[in-house]
Amino acid sequence: MATTVPGAMPIPSRPVKGNHSPGEVRTCDTTGLPVCITAQKFVKLHAVAAVIFLLIGGVGAILLGLTRWPAVHLLSAEWYYRILTLHGLNMLIFWILNFEIAILYFVPTTLLNTRLYSAGLAWVGFILMTVGALMVDYIIFAGKADVLMTSYVPLLAHPVFYLGIILHAVGALIGVGNYFGTIYIAKRDHTYEGSVPLVVFGATAAAIIAVVTLLHGAVTLIPTWLWSIGLMGPPDPGWYRITWWGLGHMSQQVNVCAMVAVWYLLATLTTGAKPISEAVCRGAFVLYILFINVASAHHILVDPGVGASWKIWNTSYAMYLAVLASMIHGFTVPGSVEVAMRKKGYDQGLFGWLVSAPWSNPGFSGFFLSLVIFGFGGGITGVVLGTQQINIMAHNTLRIPGHFHVTVVGGTTLAFMALTYYVVPLVFRKEFYARGLCRLQTWLFAAGITMVAVGMSFAGSYGVPRRTWDAEHSGATFAVGVDPGAHVMLGLLGVGAIVAFTALFLFIGLVVAAVFFGKSNAGKAMEPWHVERAVPQAARSAHADPDHYVPGTVVLTGVFLACFAVYYFANWKWLADVWWVR
Amino acid sequence: MSIQTLQEGWFKAPVGAERAWIGIAFAWCMVMTVAMPYWHFYGKQNATGESYRVTPIEYTQRVAKFIETYQTGEISGFPIVEPPPGADAYLQAQMWKWTPVLKLKKGQSYRLHISSLDLNHGFSIQPVNMSFQVLPGYDHVLTLTPTSAGEFSIVCNEFCGIGHHLMTGRILVTE
Repeated sequence: MATTVPGAMPIPSRPVKGNHSPGEVRTCDTTGLPVCITAQKFVKLHAVAAVIFLLIGGVGAILLGLTRWPAVHLLSAEWYYRILTLHGLNMLIFWILNFEIAILYFVPTTLLNTRLYSAGLAWVGFILMTVGALMVDYIIFAGKADVLMTSYVPLLAHPVFYLGIILHAVGALIGVGNYFGTIYIAKRDHTYEGSVPLVVFGATAAAIIAVVTLLHGAVTLIPTWLWSIGLMGPPDPGWYRITWWGLGHMSQQVNVCAMVAVWYLLATLTTGAKPISEAVCRGAFVLYILFINVASAHHILVDPGVGASWKIWNTSYAMYLAVLASMIHGFTVPGSVEVAMRKKGYDQGLFGWLVSAPWSNPGFSGFFLSLVIFGFGGGITGVVLGTQQINIMAHNTLRIPGHFHVTVVGGTTLAFMALTYYVVPLVFRKEFYARGLCRLQTWLFAAGITMVAVGMSFAGSYGVPRRTWDAEHSGATFAVGVDPGAHVMLGLLGVGAIVAFTALFLFIGLVVAAVFFGKSNAGKAMEPWHVERAVPQAARSAHADPDHYVPGTVVLTGVFLACFAVYYFANWKWLADVWWVR
Repeated sequence: MSIQTLQEGWFKAPVGAERAWIGIAFAWCMVMTVAMPYWHFYGKQNATGESYRVTPIEYTQRVAKFIETYQTGEISGFPIVEPPPGADAYLQAQMWKWTPVLKLKKGQSYRLHISSLDLNHGFSIQPVNMSFQVLPGYDHVLTLTPTSAGEFSIVCNEFCGIGHHLMTGRILVTE
């Protein structure tokens, strides 16, 4: 093949070809995509590690839920804070980072037809991440790190605690480096032609944010570790909070970015959707990279040490441009599904496409529920709680965990669960048992975590603090009255925790049964999660512009914006009624 | 497909509903961008972060002097202190108590200093439900005007060790 440029010598162009060694690649029996065998091994290792940490964090979750429910009040104060430390780190760091590294290895190798950059680096990264996480979990159970996930100085944990987190973060950073290496050799070896697919673009955005995030972790935790072994003085408590949240909040932005990439992937896998406008989707990811990095401010809004202009500029992500990005994804993701479904003939009314969507496919139900919960729950509450002055009514109350349990759990974790219903048959090449339970699992988890978050948010509105063993403050010198409404909400939290934990446990059981005892599907296509009903050609109506015909999505996003505005202005109204402060 | 590479000519500007949504979303973002500076100048509730460096030892001295000057009584072993309107008032956070008990007048403003002698603490007034961060080494000044009278609780809402839930205090506001 040769490209001819008028008036110039013909330039020979290289043919597109994978760069794998012989025997190092297989063709997926379902999708026909190339799968790098080395990458597949590390995807499996990180996925298994992720699920183990999810289980540890999940057991912690149910213990905490049953402690915050005043009628049960299960754990002692000592164990409540210990398990809270464990839960935060295993869920927010170990489970999610492991799953994200699995995604970062899988996405470029498969979609760009390339080998993994380095198996050696992948081993080093995996071992560091695992050893680091085990050190942290060990020292927490040993009772030497009851400092919660944030370990605000001058609280002091055992040095092993900080070192474990540092090793885990370095391991993750090596994994991210391996991802960039893989992208590089794919380009160098010309394994694909044109621009990278949207999912690779999104994963790259997540990887870039991850580098900045993990560097914040290093800046914060290396001095803290040196202090814990006596080589340095104590870090400044104010500075510590700002840089720690550069790790703590930004890592959640990595999750947002990875989750959105997974939404696009699952929309394609389950309905054949393609982005309405590639330029818009990619532009939105670029907005994430540019503006999401200042989110650390969300935790500093009522702190001393930084002034109002710093707080206002940073908390708005520089004029809400990262929020704009999320609102764009919130339109383009359901919009792309609507276009795909209508083109297939599911064209009745405003919502015929949604009603006829493959809800019996856990990959679809999990993805779409994640989209709805993240948007309506996590997105709206996040922006409102992060409004500088409104934060006065929310800081360190249960409203904050109420927000992030519908972003990182109802959003990211549910999306990753949905993806797992494809990872196991396509990467592990094993079929699930009890497929009816698989279909139920995503709904049950969505219901449970929504109850948890609603319970937390409203209890927080009554002023119930987060991270407190006893909301009644029993035994304190000055008694504190707790509104009966708050008790109802804490009860909802407890019941929701039981439902969500049941669904989580079910998920892990189903995955373990499939991975270790499932029927192999090697050599044939995976068993489909849903069978599409054929729609007679006659039923298909013709729209003038079928690629942009999305009336249902317009209504959904209109409802979303109305909810957003009502919640936003209601909070300003509540704020106007509290004491004056400046 | 979001999993396929793109060939040249993929870049197309958004049209129709998608284009309109981007415009609407951007306009909403601008509304929210303007709201915070607006409230900063015209709203009555702002966390401006006014603060100064202070060592725990200096701070205890200021608190002791404040108590000595304005003490009017005692409750449950804690001094009740009634600063005149407009004066500097001091609150000291430490594991696991708030000192002293403040007695304020409704509608009067006070320069309330909060600082910690040991760890991070959370200064949360209930049931008004307002929270501010308390850090050791930082003298955090809130110009506070209670707008309702009664007996209010101070709750610590930043984890500060095993006795965290016992760390409560009092603010009394009279008409």
